[in-house]
Amino acid sequence: MRSIDDVELLVSKVMRASVLVSSAGIALGLLLFIATGQSGYPGDMYPTTLSAVVRGVLQFKPYGVMAAGLLLLILTPVIRVGVSIFVFIKERDRLYVLITTAVFVILIVSFILGEVS
Amino acid sequence: MVTFTVLILCIAILAGIVGAILGLGGGIIVTPALTLLFGLDIKYAIGSSIISVIATSSGAAIAYLRDHLTNIRVAMFLELGTTLGAITGAFVGGLLSAKALYIIFGLLLLYSSLHMLKKVNTELPQDVKPHPMAEKLRLNGSYYDKALDKDVPYQVSNVFSGLSVMYGAGVMSGLLGIGSGSFKVMAMDMFMKMPLKVSSATSNFMMGVTAAASAGLFFVRGDIDPKIAAPVAIGVLIGATLGARLMQRLKSKTIRRLFIPILLYISIQMIWQGWGYNG
Repeated sequence: MRSIDDVELLVSKVMRASVLVSSAGIALGLLLFIATGQSGYPGDMYPTTLSAVVRGVLQFKPYGVMAAGLLLLILTPVIRVGVSIFVFIKERDRLYVLITTAVFVILIVSFILGEVS
Repeated sequence: MVTFTVLILCIAILAGIVGAILGLGGGIIVTPALTLLFGLDIKYAIGSSIISVIATSSGAAIAYLRDHLTNIRVAMFLELGTTLGAITGAFVGGLLSAKALYIIFGLLLLYSSLHMLKKVNTELPQDVKPHPMAEKLRLNGSYYDKALDKDVPYQVSNVFSGLSVMYGAGVMSGLLGIGSGSFKVMAMDMFMKMPLKVSSATSNFMMGVTAAASAGLFFVRGDIDPKIAAPVAIGVLIGATLGARLMQRLKSKTIRRLFIPILLYISIQMIWQGWGYNG
């Protein structure tokens, strides 16, 4: 029982860090947007690619900061699956290393399939 | 702008609380609220509801994992079914009848809500016949119930029925983009006979993974509008954190009473949609 507790605690900590950083970004961007009334982009536009988001953050544009936070939030569950694989490896739980890796691979394949279609 | 943001924030907090307690995505609150109250385009409403699913999942999972309510092995095992199903749905989507899927799964949910009605006065699962695979996969577990003030050990039944339901639910979500939480709770509560709180916490944990796969696509397509998605994310995270604390102090019976009408509503809506579906 001890080992699964460690997995849970570590995954919980990583998720908390990820959620804290992403919500700080989203909140900061939202406050900037409300305070200045400017999104940093023309009209109703907002960044939808990784490079555009990174540029937006570097230029400190409200929508750029918000989008970066949202993107990190979207990635949190994926990071979580990744961390679980690592922890199961450390616990030498081979069966669950296998199951979790399979889930991770299927997830990546579905990402790619989604991009293609 | 400020009023708009604050209103969305309040709705999102409510969606987060309900979603975290029941292990549902919160899409059932966010999507209709955004389209009906604010008249937003369904595209942006769905984009924001996917954000709400991920925020509910992540916000609640932090507390549920720390308090050992989540069964991480069951989650990983069942995710095999959902993710494989989602890919199947994407591949053979054209071969399956969406109408039939809506109706079959709608009926299954309807049956499961009626089944819940029978269990309305049982706090914890009784006479569970443990499955030999549950032992092998080490799925059995225990949690500390804050409402009952005791440790609750539990065993997992019907492992393969649970996995099959999750596969079917995955096909549905890959094909139609629906059914984030309700099928997960149904598989664990009705088929695998796990305690309701563990089912809800584990469903919460899994939901985010399924949603993340489609959320990436929505983001690139531009369906996630920051001015709507940002207050939704913040509100739902606050709500889910509160909900995850509240849920642990509620009795399972109370949670079940909240569950039944919502499940009934979702199932009837699905059958209704299937009935009118041409294609």
